[in-house]
Amino acid sequence: MIFKLAWRNIWRNKRRSIISIASVLFAVTIALMMRSMQLGFYARTIDNVVSFYTGYLQVHAPGYEEKKSLDKSFADSGELATRIEGINKVTFTAPRLESFALISAGDITDGSQVIGIDPEREDQLTGLSNKVEDGRYLNAGDNGILLGSGLAKHMKIGVGDTVVVISSGYHGVSAAGRYPVIGTVTFPTPELNSTMAYLDLPEARWFYGATNRLTSLAIMIEGERFLNQVETQVTAMLGDDYEVVSWEDIMPEMVEYIAMDNASGVLMLILIYVIVGFGVLGTVLMMTMERMREFGVLVAVGMQKSVLRGIVLLESVILSINGAILGIVLALPSLIWLRANPIHLTGAGADALISYGFEPILPFSMAPEIFFWQTFTVLLIALTASAYPLFRITKLNSVDAMRTGN
Amino acid sequence: MAVIKTDHLSRVYEDHGVPVKAVDDVSLSIEEGEFTAIVGPSGSGKTTFLNMVGGLDAPSSGTIEVDGKQISQMKQNELIGFRLRHIGFVFQAYNLIPVLTAKENVEFIMLLQKKSKAERDKRATELLDAVGLGDRLGRRPHELSGGQQQRVAVARALASMPSFVLADEPTANLDSTSAENLLDIMERLNKEQKMTFVFSTHDPRVVARAHRVVTLRDGAIESDETRS
Repeated sequence: MIFKLAWRNIWRNKRRSIISIASVLFAVTIALMMRSMQLGFYARTIDNVVSFYTGYLQVHAPGYEEKKSLDKSFADSGELATRIEGINKVTFTAPRLESFALISAGDITDGSQVIGIDPEREDQLTGLSNKVEDGRYLNAGDNGILLGSGLAKHMKIGVGDTVVVISSGYHGVSAAGRYPVIGTVTFPTPELNSTMAYLDLPEARWFYGATNRLTSLAIMIEGERFLNQVETQVTAMLGDDYEVVSWEDIMPEMVEYIAMDNASGVLMLILIYVIVGFGVLGTVLMMTMERMREFGVLVAVGMQKSVLRGIVLLESVILSINGAILGIVLALPSLIWLRANPIHLTGAGADALISYGFEPILPFSMAPEIFFWQTFTVLLIALTASAYPLFRITKLNSVDAMRTGN
Repeated sequence: MAVIKTDHLSRVYEDHGVPVKAVDDVSLSIEEGEFTAIVGPSGSGKTTFLNMVGGLDAPSSGTIEVDGKQISQMKQNELIGFRLRHIGFVFQAYNLIPVLTAKENVEFIMLLQKKSKAERDKRATELLDAVGLGDRLGRRPHELSGGQQQRVAVARALASMPSFVLADEPTANLDSTSAENLLDIMERLNKEQKMTFVFSTHDPRVVARAHRVVTLRDGAIESDETRS
């Protein structure tokens, strides 16, 4: 009967309660759409970043992140990858051996990042084969080179031409080699286009004089939410002999961007909820104040104030939770549709994303925590809005309340 | 046995810094089964006296004994529980819960007493039958006349099986017929169930029916008349 009483009290003034519920409903709908879009975009951005190059985690020799040098490489014959891939939630690893080199063709010489890769695994991680513009992608055992299209263009060479690559190898040995160009790849950013060059890993190891060595082992996992768990396990397994860094360590500027953008989104939500909170407070306050005489009677006839507080709290919770549930119900079909059909951006916004190598789409997230936090926030509003009415009930004097309604 | 016993009961209010004696040294004993009216002009202290006896207001001095228990020193929560078990209230303005039906209003008190659903259902129906509203169980207060609402209030007051019922000006808002009906019901309950009723009133119809009339003036007992 307590619930029945609270429920009927809410509908004493239908119009007022409907307006209150509607305000919560629209706030929750807007909040869900905003958060779903924001978190979906972040997830997509993180996915783009990790699959663009870094992977979720990287294993280095200690000190490599500080000073990227072949001398900070580590020995690995594939056994490390096998051990790491045995960890739960790790999907695969991609080995790399990279350093700076000079590439020369005719009388043109250019600086380049020459990376030794396992073609199949690198393709799995970064989709490099899809970026081939001319020629073909690397195969295992190839002794040719894959060049960034900007680099090839600047050097005025193409598929079938030969380049000379010169560098300082492992422990300062001279590194030199002649490689036919087997293909060119195009990246979204001019910077990458004009600097990247790829060799098959065994060829790169021979070239740099770094037998069985790697500068990094990129690790892919099932999703961002497993990052901390996998990082802890990999770190524990490898001990101090290796340095384990996450994409967040490698790209702190991206983390900062997401944090700032997220903060502005949260601030916007707080503003919406504060406005809605005052609306709910107004309703609960009116519902309470106009019943002070009735409360006086209830306490007089033997209702404990704690029960009375419970009823008022329940009214506030019912009012808010109804709004929240209806808000979720209203937003859900749109969210499901937008998740399946993300918004394709056009114009300057799209160009900006493309220049970073990202797809110009706004995906929506359906992460359960979005719904949890909206419900939690609405409950918090209900509790906050009830604080003053509950205080008034605590201080209620039956005789005064019945006489004056205060 | 006395269900209510006051001893040198006084209540002093501060009115703009001036002490005002609303109840002045009242010693009174009300026995089980009495049908007593506390009368007097406005400001004589009737309601204040009733509020103190009902545990709604604390005395400035003196003691109140209800069912052999001192209530003047009880803590708030204890007092609320005591009222629920021992005292039934009927107010001048009926004061029913507007969102509950007549039956639910009566049941509500028993719900607070944690009575079973079956017991609540049975007693609420019986009580509303007893006050002549057996056919109005599902009506909400706004669907009932003033007299009917006050009869629901009487049923509610009796629902908790109290030791006595305190009725503050119960007929003040009723027309003559409704007032007479209500008094008939209360008189019958007093006679048949030995229920003790204490009224504060200046309604001559109530005074005419009362078996004992205590008159207050300026907070003190002016007369105490028992009728056969």
